[in-house]
Amino acid sequence: MSLNYLLRRLGLFVVVVWAAVTLIFFLPRLASERNPIVERMGQTAASAGKLGEGVGEMVKAWEAKFGLDQPLWKQYLRYFRDVLHLDFGYSLAYYPTKVIDLIIKALPWTIGLFGVATLISFLLGSLGGALLAWPKAPRFLQYLLPFFLTLSAVPYYLLGLVLLFLFAFTTRIFPLSGGYPVGTVPSLSFPFILEVLRHAVLPGCAMIIAGVGFWALQMRGMMIIGLEEDYIAFAEAKGLKGNRIFFRYALRNVLLPQATSLAITLGQVISGGILVEVVFGYPGLGTLLLKAVSGFDYNLISGIVFIIIIIIAVATLLVDLLYPLLDPRITYQRRVK
Amino acid sequence: MKALGKRLSRVGAYCRRNPKLVSGVSIILTLVLFWLIGSLLLSPTRAQPISGLPDQPPSLRYLLGTDSNGRELLAVMVVGTGLTLRIGILAGAIGLGIGIILGFISGYYGGLLDTVIKGIVDVLLTVPPLAVLVVIAAVITRAMTLDSMIVIVASLSWMLPTRTIRAQVLTMRERAYIQVARLSGMNSLEVIVKELMPNLLPYLAASFVGATAASILACIGLEALGLGPQSLPTLGMTIFWSISFSAMLRNMWWWWLPPIIIIAILFVGLFLLTAGLDEIANPRLRRRM
Amino acid sequence: MKADILQVRNLRVYYQTSLGPLKAVDGVTLSLKPGERFGLVGESGSGKSTLALALMRLTKPPGYIEGGQVLLDGLDLIKVSENEIRKVRLAQIALVPQGAMSSLNPVMRIKDQIIDGIKDHLKKMPGSALEERMHELLAKVELKPEMANMFPHELSGGMKQRVCLAIAISLSPKVIIADEPTSALDVVVQRQVMLTLGQVQESLGVSILLVGHDMGLMAQFVERIGVLYAGKLAEVGSVREVFKESLHPYTRLLIACPPSLEEKGQFKGIPGLPPLLLNPPSGCVFHPRCPQTTSRCSVKIPSLKEVYPGRWVACHLYTEVKR
Repeated sequence: MSLNYLLRRLGLFVVVVWAAVTLIFFLPRLASERNPIVERMGQTAASAGKLGEGVGEMVKAWEAKFGLDQPLWKQYLRYFRDVLHLDFGYSLAYYPTKVIDLIIKALPWTIGLFGVATLISFLLGSLGGALLAWPKAPRFLQYLLPFFLTLSAVPYYLLGLVLLFLFAFTTRIFPLSGGYPVGTVPSLSFPFILEVLRHAVLPGCAMIIAGVGFWALQMRGMMIIGLEEDYIAFAEAKGLKGNRIFFRYALRNVLLPQATSLAITLGQVISGGILVEVVFGYPGLGTLLLKAVSGFDYNLISGIVFIIIIIIAVATLLVDLLYPLLDPRITYQRRVK
Repeated sequence: MKALGKRLSRVGAYCRRNPKLVSGVSIILTLVLFWLIGSLLLSPTRAQPISGLPDQPPSLRYLLGTDSNGRELLAVMVVGTGLTLRIGILAGAIGLGIGIILGFISGYYGGLLDTVIKGIVDVLLTVPPLAVLVVIAAVITRAMTLDSMIVIVASLSWMLPTRTIRAQVLTMRERAYIQVARLSGMNSLEVIVKELMPNLLPYLAASFVGATAASILACIGLEALGLGPQSLPTLGMTIFWSISFSAMLRNMWWWWLPPIIIIAILFVGLFLLTAGLDEIANPRLRRRM
Repeated sequence: MKADILQVRNLRVYYQTSLGPLKAVDGVTLSLKPGERFGLVGESGSGKSTLALALMRLTKPPGYIEGGQVLLDGLDLIKVSENEIRKVRLAQIALVPQGAMSSLNPVMRIKDQIIDGIKDHLKKMPGSALEERMHELLAKVELKPEMANMFPHELSGGMKQRVCLAIAISLSPKVIIADEPTSALDVVVQRQVMLTLGQVQESLGVSILLVGHDMGLMAQFVERIGVLYAGKLAEVGSVREVFKESLHPYTRLLIACPPSLEEKGQFKGIPGLPPLLLNPPSGCVFHPRCPQTTSRCSVKIPSLKEVYPGRWVACHLYTEVKR
């Protein structure tokens, strides 16, 4: 029954969210005795150069403000409530900016870059991989695959560094870093959008080039098995045109499983993407995360990590819920895997 | 002697049919050799700061130049390769060990335990590993050592092995020879060790290489964010330092390029190794190309 | 007497193996008249399905057509171009496949799977005409019109086989090759599908080459029969005569020992296993299992000869009779 599947899948989603919140809350408290506020205050005080009496008082005041003087379970419940309202408190490094505001500013950059780059590499790779398994495909593809497979073994950001050196530092075709020219104000004007695209080319290419081989390999494997199906043989006996057999019979049947694996690997993609942003100084979540880490801004770190986990959880949920609708073979309770 | 020769020639014949495995093994062995020979010729202290003049381009005295802290980069590469391999293999082994235990329990005994293990694995697999690692690493930043790095990275490298091994055990459990072994009075542990393990070897090997590659990926990622062991000249930390010292803008290619090349070679080697082992495990993929 | 619509001459289909070529079909010659029902029987591994697919040039690697001719109304299908053979398939020679359960694209509606075959052969047909044709076809194979909008998994095995039949007749071909069309179905459904096949054949006047292992089913359906053993024809003749007086010892064994219900295509009753095609016995391939073997059988390969009008047999017992 479809309701059963729906509830089970939603249940899993809730568990993931709960696990994420709990992990983020307890990990720092389990792993160290250090109090993030004291740590932060100590740093501020040290950099300001006035060590001494006032700090203790200030820490107390801050602790009360962040609720750190209350018992752990109260802190946990409070934290849970806040997180569900997407309230991660103030950024310690950018006080008094709220964490969620920083994230909202960075998120569109990340989603725009990753979304488009992942989609392009997925489509190119899947089509290439499908053609590789197709006996009538052009031969030159066979020689391209090892090349892209080799590149797919290399982490995105390392490829990014090489691209940066070749096309930004040495030849200056593309900008060295950032998401838009320094000094311009983001707007929806045409020249600004053009600049944004120009800045996105290199980080995007790093992700696309490194991703194509992976998708191609996976698709090729599925196509080889898919082409052995009886309905392919019968389609040939029907004297259908090659294109129709390829797209409507062979490709169509493996496209959905391939698309689910897109959702499953999203976590890996984002992990690699964080570092691509760092390498290119792209104004998204990854760069923000690096700033949070170097400023020991635990609120900001936990906010970003939570958002990333939620994005992935929502994406997999959507795929799992859409899959049975798109694939007539699968009913809700009888899902593959 | 003759039997050995025959055996070797059969191994040789197989290797010709599985070039991926051979090239993967040779690439990894080359890196190990690089580390071994390098460690013999170069003192590891030369990978420490102020062992040489800072910012020197490659020359006869400093074959790969030095960084802004006066580390000799050739020595850094040698030590870093060794450290990276060590982290990867140890974390991969721990991950595989946990994976074997949980995978066998889950697949062989089934029931509630299976549901729980499978659930946890499924949930954890959707979480981006780097995000969790960042949270952990950010908490212990300065206290990070090589050992804690290994443990942290290993803590996220066991899910995939668990999943693969569970799936394989599930299919093998129902095969006839396992049933025979059970009926002939072997206890579960004996069945697992004597009957299941040998047949799973290619999968275990592939899982190990996969877990090692994932560990190295995670470890270098953390290091590149500056979250690795601060005082050790690992490959990832070298990339982090080269970025934070703007090595590229200062045209110090000898700083940022060598670690990338070594990491790239390492990953290509691991990738070929996995692909080669996959062919042993799933001969079906071998056809065409 | 009408000219043969399909002529197969010395057709050889081999499989490439690491130990050399495996002769799955080894020099088969036969012919079909317009509107005739011809049955091809043999055990599993006798090469009958390989032969059926080779007639439409659907042989897949590692199999390949080593030589011979397949003349469909005078056109040699082995020689024509890749594009021409595509046009001939379905339009002139159509297949009713063996695995009806899995021969339909699981993610496509029935109507689209019927229509796309027509579309790829006829130029410009308006959508409404296609739709109309599709419904006619469904009616011909006794399927309800609402099944057009269903997906294969919503149909039973018998219905799926009827859909395949509808597709096969969609362009009124000259020849239909039915490759064990009912082997995946249960006995009751089998009979119904065969009945429909028979009706359709009569109304279209199409020739049918029915491939199978079930002598009983053959006897009810076909007019002439060919017995295949180890890639070679052992005997050809009208069903009535072959059943009344089989010439080849193998045919006699086939009729005497019907296949068991459990293992389709395995003739439990005949001693010995089908010959290993890779390394066939010398002389007549059947001689190790033959109850009437003579000294010549292990030395000389018997050729297919017409012993009485319309009765062909490949056996040394009759080469002397004829002389």
